[in-house]
Amino acid sequence: MLEIEIDGKKLTVPGGSTVMDAANSVGVHIPHFCYHKKLSIAANCRMCLVQVEKAPKPLPACATPVTDGMKVYTHSDMAVKAQKGVMEFLLINHPLDCPICDQGGECQLQDLAVGYGQSSSRYEEEKRVVPNKNLGPLISTDMTRCIHCSRCVRFTEEIAGYQELGMPGRGEHTEVMSFIGKTVNSEISGNVIDLCPVGALTSKPFRYSARTWELSRRKSVSPHDGLGANLVVQVKDHRVKRVLPLENEAINECWLADRDRFSYEALNSEERLTKPLIKQGGVWQEADWQSALEYVANGLKDIVDAHGAGSIAGVATEHATVEELYLLKQLFAGLGSHNVETRLRAADHGLKTAGATWLGQSIVDVATAEAVLVIGSTLRKEQPLLAQRLRQGVKKGLKLSVVNPHADDLLTALAGQVVVRPDQLVEGVLAVVKAVVDAKGVAAPAQIDLSGVEADDAARAIAASFADKEKTAIVLGNVAQQNPRYAELYAAAAALAELTGAKLGVLGAAANSVGAQLVGATGAGNVFAEPKKAYVLLNTEVEFDVGDSLQALRAVQGAAMVVALSSFGSCALEHADVILPVSPFSETSGTFVNMEGKAQSFNGVVRPLGETRPAWKVFRVLGNLLGLENFNFNSSEEVRDIALAGDLAAKLSNALAAPVAVKAQAASGVVRLGEVPIYQADLLTRRAPSLQATVDGAAPQLKANAATLARLGLSIGGQALVKQGQGDAQLAVELDNGLADDVVRVPANHPLTRALGAFVGPVDVTQA
Amino acid sequence: MLTPESLAQIDRELTKYPADQRRSATMSALRIAQVEHRWLSNELIEFVANYIGIPPVAAYEVATFYNMFDRKPVGRHKLTVCTNLPCALSGGADAGKYLQQKLGIGYGETTADGRFTLMEGECMGACGYAPVMLVNNHSMCNHMTPEAIDKKLAELE
Ligand code: SF4
Ligand code: FES
Ligand code: FES
Repeated sequence: MLEIEIDGKKLTVPGGSTVMDAANSVGVHIPHFCYHKKLSIAANCRMCLVQVEKAPKPLPACATPVTDGMKVYTHSDMAVKAQKGVMEFLLINHPLDCPICDQGGECQLQDLAVGYGQSSSRYEEEKRVVPNKNLGPLISTDMTRCIHCSRCVRFTEEIAGYQELGMPGRGEHTEVMSFIGKTVNSEISGNVIDLCPVGALTSKPFRYSARTWELSRRKSVSPHDGLGANLVVQVKDHRVKRVLPLENEAINECWLADRDRFSYEALNSEERLTKPLIKQGGVWQEADWQSALEYVANGLKDIVDAHGAGSIAGVATEHATVEELYLLKQLFAGLGSHNVETRLRAADHGLKTAGATWLGQSIVDVATAEAVLVIGSTLRKEQPLLAQRLRQGVKKGLKLSVVNPHADDLLTALAGQVVVRPDQLVEGVLAVVKAVVDAKGVAAPAQIDLSGVEADDAARAIAASFADKEKTAIVLGNVAQQNPRYAELYAAAAALAELTGAKLGVLGAAANSVGAQLVGATGAGNVFAEPKKAYVLLNTEVEFDVGDSLQALRAVQGAAMVVALSSFGSCALEHADVILPVSPFSETSGTFVNMEGKAQSFNGVVRPLGETRPAWKVFRVLGNLLGLENFNFNSSEEVRDIALAGDLAAKLSNALAAPVAVKAQAASGVVRLGEVPIYQADLLTRRAPSLQATVDGAAPQLKANAATLARLGLSIGGQALVKQGQGDAQLAVELDNGLADDVVRVPANHPLTRALGAFVGPVDVTQA
Repeated sequence: MLTPESLAQIDRELTKYPADQRRSATMSALRIAQVEHRWLSNELIEFVANYIGIPPVAAYEVATFYNMFDRKPVGRHKLTVCTNLPCALSGGADAGKYLQQKLGIGYGETTADGRFTLMEGECMGACGYAPVMLVNNHSMCNHMTPEAIDKKLAELE
């Protein structure tokens, strides 16, 4: 510990601290631009100059290490003179166009110029002008305003993992830009907007639509991935205008993924439904709530009476809140049915665990582990911020490895990488089990049959990365959870975890994947395999939210009654018989339980649009109309308190309820690797035009390695016809040498591929 | 985009740095690429970046920082005359003028036959031998009197 005095305040700080750290710890503000606590030190703006006793000239606080007995003056004449001088230099070229700048009112340069700037400039020459750059559909540029702090550049390199932005040129000619003609494509790119201290990088979708001081700020929780990023939703005139991160070091730190930030566009989409609709004689008629609800209640009752409770099914995604899912389940229970399912993309419902599957530990614990193995995950697209966190972990010594059906770059160093066919993920994990068993000289775990399993170098590298480590984790991603052999895969991962002493975890695919299990809104299995007479769909679009979308579509089309509780038209309008317009997450109070088992409740940030109602209220009224007991809730909090009653932590468990036998199998033939594209994952991202316009939102392609393309007679850039079951799709062909032989990567749940079946399964591929 | 010989030279540069710091070889790699192609097109910069495994914009930063990297086509011979003060006082400026006259081009221009490009350069650390001229970035000629210039130009095809 070192002693230091800042502006007369004495304090001790750990060795290695900078003057800036020390000042921050006692709440002394030192003006700065380039310094950011999550980024490396650049010390290039010089705004943080302070006086240090015995130093002949002012020193940059962000880059000056504390020495014992140091005395620092942040507001002495010398310091202020230096700071004012730097401000004058910064303002030489910075345009004074705050009235037309989107950053006006929330600009660090503007704020500091009030304190340190002069009222007029001594500079009379022409200011420099820098052409704007096209960084893609999310980030708008006014590069003349750039003060070259390099935060955005450091963000892409250090946090996002790939330097997409740079500072070519020298001196006055330095410009921040991407490489010629390239856009910024990171799935967490929007953070540079927050980082940019001036109006050089601003939000393209938000541009010129409101002033910061007109917006009210409300807290919320991201409805997308299982991380549960905390949001500040900014609202004007009952419309969501912008979404920014709410700092929570334990969850999203100060970052947001682009879908957390930009999916709000969907909330204001033209497709929003505002009135209940009933289809009569094939024509949609507007209805009042009372008649629509009665229609639904009577319809469901009639079907149950005529065909039994097994003939109806409730379907929701794990993006719905705890309250909604609990009441949906209760409604069905009241009707005598257990057919409620939220695991719509699962192909194997056989896994039984002792409790709700979860991360097995906190997000921080995973990121600070010594070794982590990720099984079956396109991590950057499934969990953008968790991928980022692991990347930071790797810099501090975490050994990260993967068993995957592809070799997608995690933009960080891997300790080991096993790439297998998607139907051989189990065998991929078994190879690692074998490597560990060999290395430790122990017997294979019970239930795990290792006959015929060989450990290759990659498997051994993963095993080695776990050897002699205390704090390790093995986690299963979406690709694993959607695998047709999920139960076996899970059991193999559990065996590996036991062998290595690692904690086993499941990366919650959606905001409320854990919550859905806690309230019992899953467990019915595939409710489309045997078509039902009636379906109640809660914000579920079967073509895009269900694994075997073709099967689901058939089932829904054949049903006698389809009730869609939906925020949006399109899909609902196509298949439903009655539509009840319900609120998206922004217009209702609710709770999501994130992957680490943390329940986060939020309030509606705007009032429900038109006549839309929160879904939990709709279920409550339906319950009342059907005369069900225990449906008298006055608030969503009451629902939550019952839905999540008791000790949450005790209900989380990744332990297998019954042993699962695992044995290696052979696989051959051309197999599909289907995954949900990042911006097709849920109904909000699907309707956010800016996200759709990104590279990640582009039309899916068929990808395969060179040998497979050659064998299938496909050429890069050509077209391929994919046939799976009854359906087919035509896609452009692209090379992906990170795939195993005979694997064709064909994204799922996309308009171009919705006619195809299961994510993983045999396909016929020919040249189109 | 590069010959096996150039690639081998780049490989050799790469061996000089730790495996996780391949970025360190960027300057040498760009130099080798420029020797082969005479100038660095964006495509060539991207190729070099991909070859050494760094983001293209990182190589572009280097290529735009140093002015001995040419990012526009240049003639077969690039002549760079030092016009900094010590040289200028000892005939550097005159040497530049003489070259301009003789080649019929100004600084930063290329002769119509694509043979010569004339550039102004900064101090080359050889002030004592002024006037100083650099040919194709690599060979330094000193005492460039008009006669010496005539002789040198005749040698350059
Ligand atoms: S664009 Fe903004 S963040 Fe990037 S260097 Fe310029 S001022 Fe800094
Ligand atoms: S904040 Fe210290 S130099 Fe920029
Ligand atoms: S000034 Fe010309 S070489 Fe130094």
